[in-house]
Amino acid sequence: MSVKTDLTETKFNELEAYMETIPVKKGELIRVLHKAQGIFGYLPEEVQKYVAKKMNVSTAKVFGVVSFYSYFTMKPKGEHDIAICLGTACYVRGAEKILDAIKRETGIEVGETSADGKFSITGLRCVGACGLAPVVMVNDKVYGRLTADMIKGIIDNYR
Amino acid sequence: MSDIKLTIDGKVVSVPMGSTVLEAARKVDVHIPTLCHLDLHDTKMVNQAASCRICVVEIDGRRNLAPSCATPALDGMVIKTNTIRVLDARKTVLELLLSDHPKECLTCAKSGECELQGLAESFGVREINITGKAQSTYRKDVTTSLIRDMDKCVMCRRCETMCNKVQTVGALSAINRGFEAVVSAAFDLPMGETVCTHCGQCVAVCPTGALTENDATWKVVEALADPEKVVVVQTAPAVRVAIGEEFGQDPGTTVTGQMVTALRNLGFDHVFDTDFAADLTILEEGTELLQRLGKFLAGEKEALPILTSCCPAWVNFIESQFPELIHIPSTAKSPQQMFGSIAKSYYADILDIPREKMVVVSIMPCLAKKYEASREEFAVNGNSDVDLVLSTRELANLIQRSNMNLMDLEKSEFDQPMGASTGAAVIFGTTGGVIEAAVRTAYEVHTGKELPKIDFEELRGFEGVRVAGVDMDGFMLNIGIAHGLGNARALLEEVRDGNPRNIHAIEVMACPGGCIGGAGQPFHHGDGSILKKRQSAIYQVDREMPIRKSHENPAITELYEKYLGKPCGHLSHQLLHTEYAVKDKV
Ligand code: SF4
Ligand code: SF4
Ligand code: FES
Ligand code: FES
Repeated sequence: MSVKTDLTETKFNELEAYMETIPVKKGELIRVLHKAQGIFGYLPEEVQKYVAKKMNVSTAKVFGVVSFYSYFTMKPKGEHDIAICLGTACYVRGAEKILDAIKRETGIEVGETSADGKFSITGLRCVGACGLAPVVMVNDKVYGRLTADMIKGIIDNYR
Repeated sequence: MSDIKLTIDGKVVSVPMGSTVLEAARKVDVHIPTLCHLDLHDTKMVNQAASCRICVVEIDGRRNLAPSCATPALDGMVIKTNTIRVLDARKTVLELLLSDHPKECLTCAKSGECELQGLAESFGVREINITGKAQSTYRKDVTTSLIRDMDKCVMCRRCETMCNKVQTVGALSAINRGFEAVVSAAFDLPMGETVCTHCGQCVAVCPTGALTENDATWKVVEALADPEKVVVVQTAPAVRVAIGEEFGQDPGTTVTGQMVTALRNLGFDHVFDTDFAADLTILEEGTELLQRLGKFLAGEKEALPILTSCCPAWVNFIESQFPELIHIPSTAKSPQQMFGSIAKSYYADILDIPREKMVVVSIMPCLAKKYEASREEFAVNGNSDVDLVLSTRELANLIQRSNMNLMDLEKSEFDQPMGASTGAAVIFGTTGGVIEAAVRTAYEVHTGKELPKIDFEELRGFEGVRVAGVDMDGFMLNIGIAHGLGNARALLEEVRDGNPRNIHAIEVMACPGGCIGGAGQPFHHGDGSILKKRQSAIYQVDREMPIRKSHENPAITELYEKYLGKPCGHLSHQLLHTEYAVKDKV
């Protein structure tokens, strides 16, 4: 198995166990990839190859799906993942300015991870908290009704 | 099935239920232009992306125009294919496509054969009024066999359907979305690093210049112009029944004699025939078959089945997809490689020149042969046995470039000794042919009797997978034949999972129809009848040959007497056999 510490055998076993609960594999590729990303945090080549083999589809096809949906990522998330909602309500209420501030503070773009592995930024569609727009989540904590000048303070909490 | 009636441009047509509007229109000769759609009936490939919308028609009672290739024909439909609204829509579609397409027709390898260019021409598009974002650009991917220039991709996804559904290789997939969307390999890797078998069938169906062969014609011209080199050429069996199409002949016209003259006029020093090497292959592979049959009959059950190994795409397929069966293919090299090996040893000795002075050029119906020639094990001290490979199309192009019209040329004969061949060799060009040729020889060697009948009709045809028994004077030899890699997969899985039909010998060709449908042949543009005509021509050539069994080829007998010793002997092993290795690829 891989030398990378985050691609442990335990995780592959967990994924395999999950796949075994799906009776008919056909058409369930997205579900399995979803689960795999939940387990590994991202979908590196090794994981995609593994899923392809187990699901009996080509690796090209798996990669096709992974590259189609912006939800899937092939890069590991940072220790602290900053997820920003880019849905309509948040957008209307200034999500773009918030995002600019996050980018400025971390020095990275959406979908990237900082060199020290501390932060990553994920763009999301509406997360169903429009009342709190604009919304950002760091790890599992939700920050609502944000303004750009609040961002530095929030991020500093995680440095 | 019940028929339905509909009216297209005032003509009444009845078609079976389940037909599309496009099929109905074709039945009454109403021409509707298509681009993404492709229906290869004989290989059961249907590409129904319905993504380009060039085929739209007007249906009475419907507000929107409908893509005819994906719209089911219904009883009572009234359809118009030629209204101003339809023409306008098509023109807009075309302009959109052209606005994101490089305007490189002058230097494009597909120019003259490109379906997009053909549409632009027939619609009289003289300027493109749509200017969108900058054109999408992708890395150009060059392998030994093919070139992918995805800037020219129109996202019809025919290649993907071919590679995944027909060939079941799974090297290609649509990746990314929107403007970035393109067909590519896993992780966007270069094709050479993937499970791609180099069969080239994706090239054979791509409507544009996005997928083309890696053209070697200028390298051949350079070799011919070099006074220091002795340039030897070999021509594969399937080339002679197809190249005439590039010169306006009907499919299935055999032009062997004219082709030989053309090659001589181009300046090749020795014009030889791959068919000579095909006969040699039969002696080696046939002997191996009989040796393994002997072991099998002595109780060593795993000695069979044996698989033919003439098709390099097929070899790539088994190396990367069936590791558990890697020991069953014959170790005999393909005819192309046997030819190269003998030319640069036996024949170089006759000419008394070092192998480095000789350039061996192959004319092949195939793109995988380009890759095969580049395999490291087919070289001596870095000097390849086969130096350059041209496809049928490339040779046609070279002949045209040299101001010759093939059909005006006198016929002439191949040079000797490596131009002598038999009817058994020429049928290597079609599905079923290699194993029939092997059986003709194996039967006579095994039984010591003369064949009662040379033609094995039971091994012929176009079915994707065929199984037939051949009576070897008491022992029933069960033969399996598959063409197209998807069919090969089905047959191989059957063999792997217990071999219930007790198949003893298997022939596989990666391309639909065998080499006659190779990716280097003149484009068939979806017309399956062309393959059938080429196949009949092959059997016709066989019937007209004075000698029809490989072991009766006198030049081959002489080769063994003077040089090789005996089939599967020591020198044969060194020059004419190879080994396979499992390759783990994505
Ligand atoms: S490469 Fe050719 S066949 Fe494949 S999608 Fe693009 S245009 Fe179609
Ligand atoms: S050459 Fe054959 S195997 Fe390779 S991508 Fe094309 S169709 Fe698939
Ligand atoms: S749009 Fe952001 S929570 Fe709904
Ligand atoms: S040919 Fe019908 S949609 Fe492309």
